[in-house]
Amino acid sequence: MAGKTLYDKLWESHLVTELNDGSALLYIDRHLLHEVTSPQAFEGLRLANRQPWRIDANLATADHNISTETTERAGGVQAIADPVSRIQVQTLDDNCAEYGIVEHRMNDAGQGIVHVIGPEQGATLPGMTLVCGDSHTATHGALGALAHGIGTSEVEHVLATQCLVSQKMKNMLVRVDGELGAGVTAKDVVLAVIGKIGTAGANGCAIEFGGQVIRDMTVEGRMTVCNMAIEAGARVGMVAVDDKTIDYVKGRDYAPKGDQWTAAVSAWQTLHSDADAEFDVLVELQGEDIEPQVSWGTSPEMVLPVGARVPDPEQITDANKRDGVVRALDYMGLQPDQALVDIPVDRVFIGSCTNSRIEDLRAAAAVAEGRQVAESVKQVLIVPGSQAVKKQAEAEGLDKIFMAAGMDWREPGCSMCLAMNADRLGTGEHCASTSNRNFEGRQGNGGRTHLVSPAMAAAAAVAGHFIDVRELMAEA
Amino acid sequence: MKKFTTHSGLVAPMDRANVDTDMIIPKQFLKSIKRSGFGVNLFDELRYEDEGLPDQDNSQRPLNMDFPLNWPRYEGASILLARDNFGCGSSREHAPWALEDYGFRVVIAPSYADIFFNNCFKNGMLPIILNEEIVNDLFVEMNEQEGFSLTVDLAAQTIARANGESIYFEVEAFRKKCLLDGLDEIGLTLQHVDAIKGFEQNWKQSCPWLFDALS
Repeated sequence: MAGKTLYDKLWESHLVTELNDGSALLYIDRHLLHEVTSPQAFEGLRLANRQPWRIDANLATADHNISTETTERAGGVQAIADPVSRIQVQTLDDNCAEYGIVEHRMNDAGQGIVHVIGPEQGATLPGMTLVCGDSHTATHGALGALAHGIGTSEVEHVLATQCLVSQKMKNMLVRVDGELGAGVTAKDVVLAVIGKIGTAGANGCAIEFGGQVIRDMTVEGRMTVCNMAIEAGARVGMVAVDDKTIDYVKGRDYAPKGDQWTAAVSAWQTLHSDADAEFDVLVELQGEDIEPQVSWGTSPEMVLPVGARVPDPEQITDANKRDGVVRALDYMGLQPDQALVDIPVDRVFIGSCTNSRIEDLRAAAAVAEGRQVAESVKQVLIVPGSQAVKKQAEAEGLDKIFMAAGMDWREPGCSMCLAMNADRLGTGEHCASTSNRNFEGRQGNGGRTHLVSPAMAAAAAVAGHFIDVRELMAEA
Repeated sequence: MKKFTTHSGLVAPMDRANVDTDMIIPKQFLKSIKRSGFGVNLFDELRYEDEGLPDQDNSQRPLNMDFPLNWPRYEGASILLARDNFGCGSSREHAPWALEDYGFRVVIAPSYADIFFNNCFKNGMLPIILNEEIVNDLFVEMNEQEGFSLTVDLAAQTIARANGESIYFEVEAFRKKCLLDGLDEIGLTLQHVDAIKGFEQNWKQSCPWLFDALS
């Protein structure tokens, strides 16, 4: 019999019972909550007169629709200018207070993007099942957890039962062998994977990312990769536990201590796919082939190496694909066969659950240091992923580097990744963004998003157009 | 949950692949703490010429008449005919809420994104998967015949065309049962309360660090 994959092991260890129709009840260890997808779930509990099953499994924070402006934030919830947003943030505070759920409120030291604070505080641990009403929950799989996004009905279901009705997914291995060149990052790896398999390429699958490139990557880099599994269609992305994972978790606030730490580490060391495990789907990439990526279209699969030119619809034979490319070029205001480096950039956004951790900010600061934002660029937003990241960056002087370059240093939140707050693009504006989605209107009605790594975003900010960051690195 | 047994209705098109949930219901409408009222902002950026805001009077906004849902022939449509990977992107359940609130009870497409597909069933909506050739045929027929309607019978797992032909579709047994009976999924899970408690007790013994750490 073939060995087990990491996903098989996590699934089996959390199986409460198999139901007679092929689905199963899976036990959920950790449930993260935020203001946007939880209010209707709490309301549902109240209407059905139900209580949460296990309060201490839940952790909440406000991130999606809060302001990132220091002055507006300083006034607290009552100072949130948009009354609809204010009610939503207040509702999260009220719900957490009513049920006794631990919440890092908007200006608390523990606040941040839900997918940044989970790992940062040790609330995400290897071997866990973790869910959140947000599709980027796969981020937490970087620690060898089974983590995925759920809808609001499921948020209510987990609150009430500590379980989810689940169907086992297929196993997909994305193996990235070899090594990455200088200036090529975790973001470029995951964009290259999505470009290769497409935005529906992993529908129905749990992806395990493996290979030398992933093993060599930092845990934060692995989070960036797992974060975007959903952009390839997979709800779940994960990486096997190794020494880096264990070193990362050690000493964090909610991580086990003493004897429990020793027991936990010995359990975690089994969290990898067996050598003879069989995967349903195998995708292989070679690290040396991956270059800095820039998305040109309105789906994350519309992505190319920075030196490339956007597609020419006349060269595409499949009618449906051609229509999609024509529509994307039209929305993005691009000419067929235009070079990516000739696309001017109006705004730059460095942040989001994909790329707002300390290593991301360091990479952006390394490019920004000693340079100036190009005059044609209207705004460069640097939004740290959490209060802790902000504090660390300030301790390292990164905020000063960004501000000296002419960039805005902001308060933690989801910000322009989904533009629920005031941080958004104007119609027709091109944005070099370290976020995860380039859908039509995602960053503001009529806005044009190009997905890139933090280093590439900083490079675009100083050049005023897309540029291969390796050219700037050679200059330095 | 609202039951779904049979449904007959007018079919309307969403003729592009990879329709994402940002497109189905843009982010500015997610600030609501309610489950209802999203229908007027369904496909907001495609439906209207201007930028939509929460709590505005949508009846005064300029309509984009290139968008089929604004055409009189699709008024009152309750079955949406769509393309591959419908509902990709964000997990927002506001997407099926908006479709349902607008009046859609059925979506037909060759494939769906996983989270959206799952979310539909929690809201009394039936997302049907048909192979691409049949979906192509349905698009052709719908374009040719004004008033093109279909009848969906969930118990029989069939879609009846006006010409009497019947198309069979697959649906998972548990989801079918929940829709047919309008079952409360939380209530069903709580029938397994002993199994959950038993699991939890064992799990706590083997991984005590997963419990109580946050309190």
